[in-house]
Amino acid sequence: MPISELLLFYIISCCMLNHLLYVLLFSSIPVVKAATVSGSDMANPLRSEVRQLYKNLLFLGREYPKGADYFRERLKGAFMKNKDVTDPKEIKKLVDRGEFVIKELEALYYLRKYRAMKKRYYEEELSAVLNIGRPVD
Amino acid sequence: MSRVLVGVKRVIDYAVKIRVKPDHSGVVTDGVKHSMNPFCEIAVEEAVKLKEKKFIKEVVAVSCGPTQVTETIRTALAMGCDRGIHVEVSGKDYEAMGPLQIAKIFAALAKKEEASLVILGKQAIDDDCNQTGQMTAALLDWPQGTFASEVTIDGEKVKVVREIDGGLETIKISMPAVLTADLRLNTPRYATLPNIMKAKKKKIANMKPADLGVDMVSRVEVLRVDEPPTRLAGVKVETVDDLVAKLKANGTI
Repeated sequence: MPISELLLFYIISCCMLNHLLYVLLFSSIPVVKAATVSGSDMANPLRSEVRQLYKNLLFLGREYPKGADYFRERLKGAFMKNKDVTDPKEIKKLVDRGEFVIKELEALYYLRKYRAMKKRYYEEELSAVLNIGRPVD
Repeated sequence: MSRVLVGVKRVIDYAVKIRVKPDHSGVVTDGVKHSMNPFCEIAVEEAVKLKEKKFIKEVVAVSCGPTQVTETIRTALAMGCDRGIHVEVSGKDYEAMGPLQIAKIFAALAKKEEASLVILGKQAIDDDCNQTGQMTAALLDWPQGTFASEVTIDGEKVKVVREIDGGLETIKISMPAVLTADLRLNTPRYATLPNIMKAKKKKIANMKPADLGVDMVSRVEVLRVDEPPTRLAGVKVETVDDLVAKLKANGTI
């Protein structure tokens, strides 16, 4: 990975934690009301999509830096906010936003790990990179 | 045809604060969050990438340890490995287990499975040995491409770009070979819930070191484990004269 990309990652990851919560809280993710009559699941395939999305997000939330419980509360809140959305196009749009949050979480976790490993094992390299004016031996 | 062995190690999660046991015999591991070694994740990702590019047919994830390591093997399967091998080591043997024993196990497995490549992480974040890959290559008498930051397969040879102190070194080694993954080799994928569900169908074979003819006797004994010394607080001075006086008193100038 070239150096300029590394610096870009540093800048982006600093904004990531707050940004991620913003997206989660203020984005509308749908919740389709649980089927009260058995067998009506098949009638609306979006229902299972939404449920799977919730499960996937919950699974990812276990590693959330501010704690799994914190994440779960906010996730539930975000889903509950939209439990009355019925238009399939709307729902599809919101599910896509949920998938986007999944990608953001994965990127967040990767960056945290990468930065931690880099800090622990490659400190010398970084200071060598920052000493731009130093003549090369 | 072409088969790759990938080693994965179950270590204490990188984000956990490590605590030394009161008797200084080791580190507290009970009830502490464990996960796959970050460099092993990179190794698994590289193997899966090679399979996706159709350079190899099968990726086998291997881990040594007690029953809990099957979780780590499952994560490797969820990332795209085809099957797993769990080499069961527990109790005193597990505590005394080090790179030499692992290398012997991997050497035996590589021969048994007829692997063309053995890919490992460059080092584990718990012991920082950075020896297993090198020892495995030596035991097998195979070439090694360590600290790999780029791997390309070119017919029967592998081109490896290695991250070394002075910069980058490109070497070409013939297969079969041992590679160890460095941080910038690739970006490991996350094992999402759907992938983990799919991985439940994949097989994990179980065996003991004795089945491979490996003796687990350790030649190394851990005498004592201590925390690193706490950093002393810095001293603030008001003027430059104060600084010079303090440095003189310290014996630095």
